[in-house]
Amino acid sequence: MRVTVRLFAAHREAAGTSTFEADLPAGATVSDAFASVCGSFPGIEKSTRVPAFALNQAHVQADAPLADGDEVAILPPVAGG
Amino acid sequence: MTGRFVLSGAPLDESAVLAAMTTDGAGAVVTFVGRVRSHSRGRDVTRLDYEAYPEMAEKIFAQIADEIRSRVEVIDVAIHHRTGSLGVGEVSVVVAVSAAHRSQAFDACRYAIDRLKQIAPIWKKEHSPDGAVWVDDRP
Repeated sequence: MRVTVRLFAAHREAAGTSTFEADLPAGATVSDAFASVCGSFPGIEKSTRVPAFALNQAHVQADAPLADGDEVAILPPVAGG
Repeated sequence: MTGRFVLSGAPLDESAVLAAMTTDGAGAVVTFVGRVRSHSRGRDVTRLDYEAYPEMAEKIFAQIADEIRSRVEVIDVAIHHRTGSLGVGEVSVVVAVSAAHRSQAFDACRYAIDRLKQIAPIWKKEHSPDGAVWVDDRP
């Protein structure tokens, strides 16, 4: 399956891109999508503390299962306001 | 820039936020205005770059309003947040709550801004004469 991974802030800068298309095997989870991004852009993992995750614009845990066409977001520590 | 839950690349207008919400029956409207401070953690701040996940942020603002309604009796809630590069003194966020009485309005407004800082997918890069860093205020 193919999912779109969105990157923000320090992750976006470390990767040099704000979106990434990940090809993942059936049964893959959000955690696998994150691992795929880190494999392509090794700077990401060190750029912030442990991130949170969103799937199709809602917060999820790292073990949430993925489907083809999903949008995964890697969320570094937030700082709105 | 209309609506209750808005991310905007343009300067925020407090009166527009109030105009977007229902105040009929409200004896109290509490507004919180967040601005860019000139210093942070011992450093001079020259500007803040705000970045958001827009599609999700507006949903989270609506979620925060739902959370408020499940806790406090309010009439309406509006949250507008700025994105882009902001100078010192510029408004980064406006939260407004209308309620029958002031106690609920104050409580709800406080909850909204605290919760926004906790869960809204928004980031800021702090620029100072020493360089720039992405802010991470988590304990």
